[in-house]
Amino acid sequence: MITNTMIDIRALNLTFGLGDKANRVLRDVSLSVAAGESFGLVGESGSGKTTVLRCLAGLYNHWQGELAIAGKPLAHKLDRERCRWVQMVFQDPYGSLHPRHTVETALAEPLRIHGIGDRSSRIDNILTKVGLNPSFRYRYPHQLSGGQRQRVAIARALILEPKVLLLDEPTSALDVSVQAEILNLLVDLRARDGLTYLMVTHDLSVVAHLCERIAVMQHGSIVETLTRDALESNSASHPYTRMLVEASRHYSRELAQNIALQAA
Amino acid sequence: MNSPLLKAEDLNVRFNTANGVVHAVRGVSFELGREKLAIVGESGSGKSTIGRALLRLHPHSASIDGKLQFGDTNLLACSEREMQAIRGRRMSMIMQDPKYSLNPVMRVGEQIAEAYLAHRKVSKAEARAKAIAMLESVRIRDPERVYNLYPHEVSGGMGQRIMIAMMLIPEPEIVIADEPTSALDVSVRIQVLGVLDDLVSQRGLGLIFISHDLNLVRSFCDRVLVMYAGRVVESIAAADLDKAQHPYTRGLLEALPSLDQRRERLPVLQRDPAWAA
Amino acid sequence: MSAAMTTTPSPSLNKSALASDVPQSSAAAWRETIRRGARRLTHNPLTVAGLAVVLLLVLVAIFAPWIATHTPVAQDLSDALKAPSAEHWFGTDEYGRDIFSRLVYGSRITLYIIALVTIVVGPVGLAVGTISGYFGGWVDTVFMRVTDIFISFPGLVLALAFVAALGPGLDHAIIAIALTAWPPIARLARAETLSLRKADFVAAAQLQGASPARIIVRHIVPMCLSSVIVRLTMNMAGVILTAAGLGFLGLGAQPPMPEWGAMISAGRRYMLECWWLVAMPGAAIMMVSLAFNLLGDGLRDVLDPRSE
Repeated sequence: MITNTMIDIRALNLTFGLGDKANRVLRDVSLSVAAGESFGLVGESGSGKTTVLRCLAGLYNHWQGELAIAGKPLAHKLDRERCRWVQMVFQDPYGSLHPRHTVETALAEPLRIHGIGDRSSRIDNILTKVGLNPSFRYRYPHQLSGGQRQRVAIARALILEPKVLLLDEPTSALDVSVQAEILNLLVDLRARDGLTYLMVTHDLSVVAHLCERIAVMQHGSIVETLTRDALESNSASHPYTRMLVEASRHYSRELAQNIALQAA
Repeated sequence: MNSPLLKAEDLNVRFNTANGVVHAVRGVSFELGREKLAIVGESGSGKSTIGRALLRLHPHSASIDGKLQFGDTNLLACSEREMQAIRGRRMSMIMQDPKYSLNPVMRVGEQIAEAYLAHRKVSKAEARAKAIAMLESVRIRDPERVYNLYPHEVSGGMGQRIMIAMMLIPEPEIVIADEPTSALDVSVRIQVLGVLDDLVSQRGLGLIFISHDLNLVRSFCDRVLVMYAGRVVESIAAADLDKAQHPYTRGLLEALPSLDQRRERLPVLQRDPAWAA
Repeated sequence: MSAAMTTTPSPSLNKSALASDVPQSSAAAWRETIRRGARRLTHNPLTVAGLAVVLLLVLVAIFAPWIATHTPVAQDLSDALKAPSAEHWFGTDEYGRDIFSRLVYGSRITLYIIALVTIVVGPVGLAVGTISGYFGGWVDTVFMRVTDIFISFPGLVLALAFVAALGPGLDHAIIAIALTAWPPIARLARAETLSLRKADFVAAAQLQGASPARIIVRHIVPMCLSSVIVRLTMNMAGVILTAAGLGFLGLGAQPPMPEWGAMISAGRRYMLECWWLVAMPGAAIMMVSLAFNLLGDGLRDVLDPRSE
């Protein structure tokens, strides 16, 4: 059966620690993302949204449940096959590039690992694709601005031509003006290459800009899945989602008191 | 409203770095009354530098000139000793991350009491009572228990409220908040801002709120100063932000993704070198 | 989840930093890094002093035959215990050998000891530390217990035991010193690896399918290298002193080799009347140790990746 589902997560559970220190980070998380779709995961810290991403990326191994990409179930251990299908862009552009590697080295490495030839022209192409002049090749990360670093990180993620891009708060460490550029870039890349996005963020306006469907997570489970339209027109049903929407729109004294009462 | 609490005129801050002189703040002038004033900008705009310059927290290698009139005191003419009497007692600062700004080996209650004892000669018991009262005023339930906690045992939002308590207990006239809620979740952020809002209006303080989040200060603050490359490019009431004049402010506002206005592409800010001149 | 603000320089600074030479090749980028590092290294006068002394040591060792005024082993009992003079710049010892020449040739031995110990200790410590830190689990436990065993021996005592078992001699002394010098390097590398393995760039490399060997060698070791190099440089001072101590005890270089520590030991008998027998080699040891310490301090400032 040919399925249109690119990412399939079923009953994903993950616990850190043992015994009474056990911390159940993910509780029966299930979602599916169609090919070419852009899906957002929002929540506050401790909601487990980044953990879901890291499980898909193979960075955590001790999850229970079923994960599948393009119909193929994922093993617990990261294998090289998966790298050609799924890649990730990390939050901190300063931390995700090796400080001692030039842009050239960082981009050539995945090609070397997978034995892909024609490195020089591929690097030129990908740099142009993300909007960087190929003359950036021999710079070190500390010679680049935050936005440039994030473009390099995106280039590195895309150089293996994956079908799925996992985005972990890709713009939260960037200035507003730079954020706009990177968001536009992500929109363009998806349109050009038909990529599937799974994006994690705490910023509701960013997720509404980039994603068509959105799941809201709290304490390790999904409380609501809704479309971007529903989010923007304030027709969310779950009270937690409504609170998040209101809090991200503006501050007001009444809102502060309401939230304080809810938390009590 | 009579005379302003703080008046800055032609403030300049220069740093000597390995790459030459960095002119971080250039000819900035503003007034602060009993209101919430936001200083907004991107990284490198100089907003944090101003906050630290007001409290003279920069090293001696930094040169600050201009005029900083705080009531009847010229802050730039004060000696270090005089500044120590002002810091905390008349002007204090709330920083971004309580993980780094609270002493990790001291109980939080004791840190608040210490802030009180630094400026007033009272008994330890009285300082403790004051600290607990302060914890209540920042809406921490069970203040007696929280008094005895260490910083690593409290959550981010509570830590920030503790920081607020610590900075407000000496009863300053002006509070500078440097990105106080950037490290917090959105729901916690609103609560902390609520606490700050109430305290500032109850005590008639002047608040300088330094942030990169234009959207946030729109609804929280009364007036907004927008900074670019060390200069103030716009000074406007928060409610009037959508009528902003300067192209940088307009560009920033338009570059923000918004739940209320969906656009295919976000307009990218075109920097005009004339703004940095 | 912090919208931590980046500290990119203000627009004016950014332009000047980027408008300058854009490296056109990997080699050019590497050269630029070295050049900037060299500039920072020479900022501190103390570091420059240390570097100068170390270079002097190397030069003296290389050009010993031309610098020495006499053969180091030539005995002339009629000339024994002469004070420093025009003919014997640093005086003579109890066999009439010229102390200056012995010091000069002794620098070769010192350099030999330092080089050999470093070549062994550096890579072994790095390997054990990074593998231990990266894999964790039982690998970590085994390696660290082995390290603990070696660390719990006082260096000199282990060296004594070793030399007692194998017999005295310079090479045995070097092995003994190396055996006790590697554990701190391993611990240092392990500590750095533990924090590095959580970094995003390591996660990114794993995501690209990099094998653990590749990650350790190409990602982790370059980051550990700076603190290891600094530690090794500082260690050299200790190595010299330990070697001198062993030589002093008669367990290192054997006579007539002009090892500095052995020279001090032999000169002890005549120390009170002939101060130059002990003072000259002692001063040499002190100067070289100090130089390495200063150099290590300066290197730390330059190599720390966080200061970039």
